[in-house]
Order: sequence, then structure tokens, then C-alpha cells
Amino acid sequence: MENKKTIGSVMVVGGGITGMQSALDLADAGYFVYLVERSGAIGGAMAQLDKTFPTNDCSM
Amino acid sequence: MTLSEVTKVTGEVGDFKVTVKEHPRYVDMDKCIACGECAAKCPKKVDDEYNAETGKRKAVYVKYAQAVPLKYQIDANACIWLNKPGKCGACAKVCPADAINFDDTEKNHEIEVGSVILAPGFEAFDPTGTEVFGYGNYPNVITSMQLERYLSASGPTEGHLLRLSDGKPVRKMAFLQCVGSRDENLCGNGYCSSVCCMYAIKEAVIAKDHSPGLQTSIFYMDMRTHGKEFDEYYQRAKNDSGVRFVRCRVNGVEPQGKEGDLRLHYVNEQGQQIEEYFDLVVLSVGLQTPKHVLELAEQTGIRLTAHNFAAVSDFAPVSTSRPGIFTCGAFSGPKDIPQSVMEGSAAAAAAADILSPARNEMTKEKVFPPERNILDEELRIGVFVCHCGSNIAGYVDVEDVADYAATLPGVTHVERNLFTCSQDTQELMVKVIEENNLNRIVVAACTPRTHEALFHETIKAAGLNEYLFEMANIRNQNSWVHTGDKTAATKKAKDLTRMAVAKVAWQGPLQNFSVPITRNALVIGGGLAGMAAASNLAQQGFPVTLVERSSVLGGNANHLHNTWSGEHIPQRVDILIRDIKRNPMITIHAETELMGAEGYVGNFSTTLKNKSGVKQTVEHGVTIVATGATRLLPDEYGYRKQKDVVSSIEFDKLCEINDNKVKTSNSFVFIQCVGSRDADRNYCSKVCCTHSVQSAIDLKKENPNRKVYILYRDMRTYSQREMLYKKAREMGVVFINYELHGKPKVNKKDNGFEVEVWDHILHRPLLITADMIILAAAIIPSAGAKKLSRMYKVPLDNHGFFQEAHAKLRPVDFATEGLFVAGMAHYPKPVEESIAQALAASARAATLLSKEEVTLDGIKAEVDPAHCDGCALCIDVCPYHAITLLEEKNDKGEVHKLVSINKAHCKGCGLCQGTCPKRGVSVAGFTFKQLESQLDAALAM
Repeated sequence: MENKKTIGSVMVVGGGITGMQSALDLADAGYFVYLVERSGAIGGAMAQLDKTFPTNDCSM
Repeated sequence: MTLSEVTKVTGEVGDFKVTVKEHPRYVDMDKCIACGECAAKCPKKVDDEYNAETGKRKAVYVKYAQAVPLKYQIDANACIWLNKPGKCGACAKVCPADAINFDDTEKNHEIEVGSVILAPGFEAFDPTGTEVFGYGNYPNVITSMQLERYLSASGPTEGHLLRLSDGKPVRKMAFLQCVGSRDENLCGNGYCSSVCCMYAIKEAVIAKDHSPGLQTSIFYMDMRTHGKEFDEYYQRAKNDSGVRFVRCRVNGVEPQGKEGDLRLHYVNEQGQQIEEYFDLVVLSVGLQTPKHVLELAEQTGIRLTAHNFAAVSDFAPVSTSRPGIFTCGAFSGPKDIPQSVMEGSAAAAAAADILSPARNEMTKEKVFPPERNILDEELRIGVFVCHCGSNIAGYVDVEDVADYAATLPGVTHVERNLFTCSQDTQELMVKVIEENNLNRIVVAACTPRTHEALFHETIKAAGLNEYLFEMANIRNQNSWVHTGDKTAATKKAKDLTRMAVAKVAWQGPLQNFSVPITRNALVIGGGLAGMAAASNLAQQGFPVTLVERSSVLGGNANHLHNTWSGEHIPQRVDILIRDIKRNPMITIHAETELMGAEGYVGNFSTTLKNKSGVKQTVEHGVTIVATGATRLLPDEYGYRKQKDVVSSIEFDKLCEINDNKVKTSNSFVFIQCVGSRDADRNYCSKVCCTHSVQSAIDLKKENPNRKVYILYRDMRTYSQREMLYKKAREMGVVFINYELHGKPKVNKKDNGFEVEVWDHILHRPLLITADMIILAAAIIPSAGAKKLSRMYKVPLDNHGFFQEAHAKLRPVDFATEGLFVAGMAHYPKPVEESIAQALAASARAATLLSKEEVTLDGIKAEVDPAHCDGCALCIDVCPYHAITLLEEKNDKGEVHKLVSINKAHCKGCGLCQGTCPKRGVSVAGFTFKQLESQLDAALAM
């Protein structure tokens, strides 16, 4: 491994709740993140939900 | 990067080159201010994907009102101009920012990264064309995603539940489960989608809240509510909310009359043919991998399972078949939000594992100019009144508000902005502050919840202390709620602005402060989760102290054989133990107990005691609780009284040693939910259904002539485990459903046992002769959980498992910072979920450990020694244990009592300030002086 190049950045493909969590944790730990989202805005399926179990929090 | 897709990945772990295709947006992101003029004028309407086709959107649109980035885009397929240049172009004509760009083109980017994480998600199964349920033919048959939008305040009916056929309120609705799941004939999706039972219950309960008197029925095969607190919710829905649950598969949905009523026919649990009428039928559609994700898998060269999910090992649940490429969320199998969030963190940990040598190489810290000292300056308040496009300006006379603001005491400069938050206005604000030498700033705009942090950054960039700032909420709490009365809304905007000005006048600079972080971790528990977390943290370069109470590592995994997918557990556990023992970054303390703990995020101190009684104190920055769980020893069905009544784990051992009784027995009865899902323990132990099915398959494999029965309440072989259930049935394992009120009876006979159970298909009691009875005993919290929870002041749930900070969004964090939970200490779970949670805990811990210090904001309680008399009332109300009582002697030797605030613990909530009868404690930024002048200003007009 020593001689190989290691780039300190990560590409996260998908801007839903999962991809966003990944991107945030990586950025907070000192890695540059490219977050690639297929549609015009991040948020994914969770942004479509009205309320979620068990807190009835609005999903936004 | 939005509107972007990965088209190619070359290179190898640590050094990939990714090609990303960026589709044209036709709207300049830098110019667009999201005012919505374009969409208002656009003449073309199409189905709105965001609303699951329940509503319409324009060809130029923003995905949803809260979208990030909040920038419009043009749908090239629908846009009139893009299809026939020269026609229409209405959006370009009205755009005040000149942001429309019909000449925008596709771009390709080549990006070098060390690792790739795939989180492309799922699509809901589309039931169009499934003749059986009439979706697409009968207007009152909708999907669960559509119902979700109808129930939403931002949906097409603003939360009102109406029949689509005639707009009448819905009185009776039915949910049909497993549409597009557990059904190979209809759609080829043989797996269980895992989430539909739970979302159907949630939707039924919420729908009933929306429409009092609404009757809801859920038609299901097995109620799979196997997650944390799910069974309790199921019971509440049934008993408190009155949701009806019917175990059956509905044969068909037919229209009745012209009004849109629907006729369902089914066979009920008593075996009767039933016809029942409903207003609305909701299809609980399953999850599947979309076509574009299959293409992504091909382009990235990763292996998929037979069901088109990313293939992963149970011991590396986020690693794809290609090294350096990771996966998380529904791409590796249908799963719910908490599990997806956990995997998101886990994938971050897995990527950090290989990239740690390059940490901080690509990132940079933002640099701000030195802070100006304003203490001796006279008051020069700047007020920025925002139009928010027409959001505020449409309902408030902003010009009037701005003129009024200029007359307020201390205000020396006022600006109006179309969008105060836009990039160009931020630059303008910095310039205005510097040119006018402003020393307090008020922004009258949307809400501090979303935008305060942004403005803090802006005024910092202008050399001001970031706390010399106040926001007047004239949108969310004003223009949005008073759309019908411009005069009143304008008056209220003035009031709010006046109050903000009055408060900020008394605001002084506050300093954020930092506490250093001890950059190592304490992991409590040496089972699979503890070991996985320790191993990952060590791999990332952080020293780990691993404490295990027993003499061996491995925990419960030492008693298990195969994961659900058939991976050999002992072999993998051995490798993990070997790696842990060899890792110089990990210090193992076996046969060691915890004696006490103190400290806070970044600075914990824990005392350990080994078996010889020697005590040792460990300093650590973070704590991971991975203390596992244990098994219940049942007291029913003759367990411990009859030799051949054994628990699942014991049965595994007997099989392993080739026990003669097992070898020679011909009839086996497995009884599920022994100690789970009853009055004492109303939760599902999650792993037992799969465990019993696996054992049953093994017995049948060995000798197909054996009789194997599984007596169950709901078969919970969720996700791709469903294939095991199917295989067992194909091999002739007999599954018999029983209810809690009709538990099986085990009677000892001369030659074995007789098991009596009610057969719901034959509708009579069934007697089964059995040689061996195997009990699926519950998983219960470990004995030390209570002590540990007191030691670290972290909560347990009703059942004694550790309680995470947020059920959905913070599934591995505790509410107290710097503490994390992983594995069965949190809830019963299988190997891959324990490991995913352990990796997630490691990732969350690494976000702290990767820094030298942790920065805390300046909004903290402060004690005024002149007023505090040490009555200690505030100590009881402080939810963060941040206040202690001190006794000080003055020069004369008199004892004076007063409280002291630990700023690292304090969150600035202000409960102490509200409780204090003497004005002895107040929160910086919310001092009595500030609140008083704000109140005076409120009452001034």
C-alpha cells in the first residue's frame, strides 16, 4: 500500500438520507466529498414522506 | 452536483477516476433566486414526480419548496422552447435575474477520488398493468406513496383525504400489503420489502388523525414489525387508534356502482368468503432497484444478488464486490430509514478505513478576517429587510418596513434585498457593513432556524463578532400566516423588526470556545459489534481501549453458526479476534469491569477493575457502548423440566456434536416468540424466525422424511431472507400460525410429546406428535446495562435496551455528545446489522476524534456571583447536568454558596434562567437586559 497513491476525497453517489449521512460523516472527518445526485435537488425519498414513525416528525 | 450521473469508474482503491455526466439545467444556478416567476408564467403542465403523480408541476420547476439547492430547472422533455425553439420562452421573458439559459449543454467531468460510495436508493414498485387490483383503471385505487402525498400538508390536497372519483371525504379505506413484494408471479420480486407493514400502520394512524371517524383496515399475510418499538406501535394502532388488521390475501378489487366504491373479496380467518366495500384502496407497494441503478452497477463493475441488490458479505455489510467501492441504504436490500442512516455512516467508516493516510489533505479550513473591537464604538445598527422574492414582499409592504426601521434608535443603515440569503447579497452585506462601519446587524427575513448560521458566517467575513446579530422572523411567522391582510402583516413586520433592534442593541461580542479532545476511544464490549468498531477505529489511526467482561472475545457470535446468507460465523469471528489481538492500536482488557466514569465529549475518564482487583483509569475522547444482549431462559413449554425441550442455541449445539437424539428423531416442533411479543416483553427479537427456518432446512436436508413444524405468530423473514422461508416450504416444512391468546400446548407422552395447536386453515385443533421441541427464546438486555446507563448518564428504553438520540436520524448517537451505541445493546439484531451499526458508531466517533479540539458555541449560561445565593433550584431543572453547587469562603472566612456552570455541558437552553428567583444566572445572548428591552419594544406601540 505504501507506494500507492491515496486520494483524500470520496464520491458519494445518491443524495438521499443515506448518501447525505455518508457525505456529512466523511466531511466532518476530514475528507473532501463530491455528492452526486441524479435529480435537481437532494433529499431523496424521505423528502416525499409526510411524517415518520415514531415521533411524527415532519420528514423535512 | 445535481442532475448528474456516474458513467464510468476506472482505477483502483485509493485512486479512482470517475466520469460524471452533468445534464443541462437550463437555469443558471448562480443567477437563479428561486422567485418562482418562471413557473408562474410557464404554460406547460406535466405530472409531478415528487407528488407521485398526484399533482401537476410546470416544465420549469423546483422539485419541492424546501429543495436544496433551491434552484429552478427546466424539464427538457416538457419544455415548449426546447422542443420547438422560438415558441414560448415565457420564463426567459419574466425572469428578473436573467437566469434562463436555453443554450445550456451537457457536461462531462472527470474527478479523482480515493473511494466511491453508492447510495442510489430504490424505486417504489409501479403496479400499473397489474389487472388484479385495478390500479390505473379505478381512480380510488392508489399507491402508498400517493397516499403519503395526499396526507402531506404540502401535497395536492393539503392533507385532506378525498375520494379521487368524486371528491367526497374518505370514510373507509383498505391497505393491501405485499404489492410488488413476496410475489414472484406478479412482479418477480420474491423478497420482502421490509418497510411496508410499518409504513401502512403509520399511514393508517395518520389518516385516522386527519379524518375522525375514518375506518382503516390492513390486509396482510404476516405483520412484519420487527424493528425497535415497532410492535408497540402495532399494538397501539390496533388497540388505541382502532386500525383493523385482517390476515388474508385479498383476491380482487372490483368497482361497485358509478360513484367509485370498491368491492374487495377475501377469505377471512374463520374461513368465510367475505365481500366488503371501501372508498379507497391503498396498495402497499414494495421497494425495488431502479433500472438506472442496474446500469450504474454495470458501469462500476459491482456484483448484484439474484434480486438485483448489491451483493455484500454479512461481515462487511457496506463493501461491494469491487474494493474501494462501498454501498449503503436500500441498494443492498430493502431497509428502513434508521438502518439506511446507519449504513450511510458505516460506509463513511469503511471508506475512511482505506483513506486515513490522506485525511485532511483535500479539505481546507475557511479563514476569516480578524475581529473588530466594537466595545467602545457607539451603536450603529444595520437592518436588512428581505423581500424573499414575493414570499414576503407579496404580503408585506417591505418599503414601509424599511423606512420605519431607519427611524428606530441606533439604526444607521437600512437595505432592502430581493433575496438576502443569495450569494451576491452576502457579498454586498460584507461591503455595506465595512463601508458603514456597522457594529450590530438585524436581518428581517425568513427564519433563524435555517438561515442564522449563514448570516453569522457573513458578518464574520466582515470582521464582526458573529453574535452581534439578530433575526426578525417576518416570513415564517408573519407573511406566510397573514396572507390575507397586508396592513396587519406590515404592522407585525415592523413590530418584529423593532423588537430585534431593541434586543441586538444590548448584544455584546461572545466567544465560541474550544475544548481539547483526547484522541482515543473506549469500546465497552468485545462481541462482534465492539470488535468491529474497535478494528475500524484503529484502522483509521485512533488508539482504542477494548473492555470485555468475560475471558473471551466474540460474545454471542461464539454460539452462532451461519448468517442468514450462509456465511460461516466461527471462521470469521476467529479472523476478527486474531486481527484485534495483533493490532498495536488496540489495548484489550478482558475479565475487566467498569467501576466509574466521568467527563464529557472529548474528555472522558473511566475506571476499570480487572479480575485481580487492580484498578486503572483510562482517559478517552469518545465511548462506544457495545455490551450486547443475552438470551432468555424460558419458563414455559416444559423447558428445563423436559430433557428434549431445548432452546434454539442449545439445539444448534446438539446438531454440532451430532447428538444421537437429534439423529434419531423423526418429528421436530419449533415454537416461535417464546418470551417475545408478549405482555412482559412487547418487542420482536428479530432473528428467531430466520434462525428456526435455517435449522428446519438443515433438518430436512439431512433427512427429507423427517417431519418439521414451525409454530409461529408472524413469519418475519424480512428482506431477502424471505427466500429461506420459501425454500423451507418447498422442502415440506409445515408452518402453522398461532395467536397470543391461543398458544400451543406441549404435553409429555411416553414416547415424546404431543403438541396441541389451533389450525387456522382447517379450523380445528391439531395434535402433533413430536420427538423434540425447539423454543425460539427471546433476546433480552444484558445484565450490566442498567449500571452502565447510570455510569454514563445515558438512557435505556422501556425494555432495558439503550436508547439512541433519535429513532430515525441519529440511530447510533446518544443524546449526550461523544457517546455511541452499537449492536444488540441497542436492540436485538443479526450479524450484518450489528456490524453496520458498529461501523457507523466508529464513523460518528471519528468525526470527533479527527479533530484536535471540539468547538462549542458561545450561547451558554453565566452566573452572576452578586445575585446567586446558591439556592440550587437551577441544578434540578438543568437537563444536561451542567450545574454544580460551590461553596466559597470570602476574605472574612464567611461561606458563600453559588452555582457553577460547566460550559462544555451547557446547551444554553435557559431553563436555569427561567427558574432562578434571584437573577443569579442568565444565558449569554439572552440576558435579562436584552429580553426586557425586547419586551418593552413589543409593548411600545
